[in-house]
Amino acid sequence: MTEEPVLRVTGLRREFGGVVAVDGVDFEIPRGGSLAIVGESGSGKSTVANMVVGLCAPTAGTITACGRDRSRPARSAKERRLRGREVQIVFQDPYASLDPRHCAEQTLDEVLRLHRADDGKQQRQARVAELGDLVGLDARQMRARPRALSGGQRQRIAIARALAAEPEVIILDESVAALDVLVQAQVLNLLADIRERTGVSYLLISHDLGVVRQITDETVVMRRGRIIERGPTADVLAHPRQPYTQVLRDSVPHAGWKPTRALRALTEGAQPS
Amino acid sequence: MTIAASVLDGVRTRRRRVAGNTVVVWVCAAIVGLALLLAVFGPALAPHDPDAADLTYANVGPVAGHPLGFDSQGRDLLSRLLAGARTSMAGPALVVVLAMAGGTVLAVVSAWAGRWIDATLSAVMDVLFAFPAVLLAVLAAAVFGPGLTAPTLVLALAYTPYVARVLRGAALRERAQPYIAACEVQGLSAFTICLRHLVPNIAPMMAAQGTLLFGYAMVDFAAISFMGLGVQPPTSDWGVMVSTGQPGVLQGYPAESLTAGLCIVVVVVAVNLLGERLSQRSEGR
Repeated sequence: MTEEPVLRVTGLRREFGGVVAVDGVDFEIPRGGSLAIVGESGSGKSTVANMVVGLCAPTAGTITACGRDRSRPARSAKERRLRGREVQIVFQDPYASLDPRHCAEQTLDEVLRLHRADDGKQQRQARVAELGDLVGLDARQMRARPRALSGGQRQRIAIARALAAEPEVIILDESVAALDVLVQAQVLNLLADIRERTGVSYLLISHDLGVVRQITDETVVMRRGRIIERGPTADVLAHPRQPYTQVLRDSVPHAGWKPTRALRALTEGAQPS
Repeated sequence: MTIAASVLDGVRTRRRRVAGNTVVVWVCAAIVGLALLLAVFGPALAPHDPDAADLTYANVGPVAGHPLGFDSQGRDLLSRLLAGARTSMAGPALVVVLAMAGGTVLAVVSAWAGRWIDATLSAVMDVLFAFPAVLLAVLAAAVFGPGLTAPTLVLALAYTPYVARVLRGAALRERAQPYIAACEVQGLSAFTICLRHLVPNIAPMMAAQGTLLFGYAMVDFAAISFMGLGVQPPTSDWGVMVSTGQPGVLQGYPAESLTAGLCIVVVVVAVNLLGERLSQRSEGR
């Protein structure tokens, strides 16, 4: 018997007015697994993330997390809290994803109050310190306003906030894209580390194949709202079957890289102007 | 002039302008602070009974113990100005509190709910925009009789859409920020998110709006009192004093109208300058 996947998405579709942003997307993430959705801007990958996390409702299709359906908006406060303990998200922009008036301790404490209502003040404080340790923030940084922190430090707070509810799945929506390469590497190491320690699953939304290679087992490639290729990350990146995936792979800048005429023709052909 | 010198010069003028700005802000803040103190303690500070009339002193200029002289009924002018500070500022303050409360609730509900609720509220506000505040206040005074209550409520109602419109824009901007989305994902209720995250983050904008509104409301109240529809004599009020001092202006005794008018102008200008600076700062945040 196979184990119930921690996240299952079937036939997901989303229309904005007359535009179909996401069309018939299916995927599963096994417990502790990690899946990447890659694709160019506008391919619908962020819309998928927003639907899974519950920020926008799908036009059609089902989303099941930890065996519970979450295709429709939550009706009750209890349902909202339960969903918060299933899937969390780390956004792209660390400068806008934290309340500028709250320090890390306040941000985390608010989450713990919501999800661990039985804990006393001291238990919460201990847990906040533990989360701070886990993401590598010192006591001064935990008490500083986001304004006083760097992008990498802010993103660590956002990761700690996502972890505070002890979710089964964390969606990383371009979570390292706004960071410089060195900080990106640190945060990626941190994410790999956290997955090893807590057994949380990742759904990584990215256009950066280097990032995808580092922290995911499986990859699906999206283009114009549809999944056009899927498989183990290493396979997809090493032997892409679709020309589009090849273009994506070859678009990653490397030593001696030039946006060749052929490559340009392919990308422009992909988006008729 | 060399390039370096012209750059230096630019830096210097900019520094001077910044310094000028801060001085203006501090002077305005000091005036507003003083006005608030007078509103609270003014009646107690009045050296004489503001309502004690002695016709033998009618329109007499400054004498010992009466630095501003007397009005047309022989009442001490300084005492009346001090006593009038409270009535002149209590009305506008109440309007600000009510309109800010109403406007903030409408703005946040509009921005959060969106869709048809937002459309309906915006349409209702557009209709309210059609009526000038003073006109409504005069109408209310005509219907409910003179006094402070009716104009206060009506002015608050008339200013609510102005507050709501500005704050709705700010609330929409905050609503779209990922930190609000993160709170939703955590499972916090909409009410909690608005109370703990959204409203505190539009608070600088609210402070600026409230300050500007105080200035407008004060001018409106002065106008209403001037027309004899607000505070009734003999209660001292700056707007009423401008009105009752009118005959004196024609007879060559302008002290009552001028001093009361000056009080209104100074407070309103200070409050408006302060409000503008506050809103500039909250925009540039």
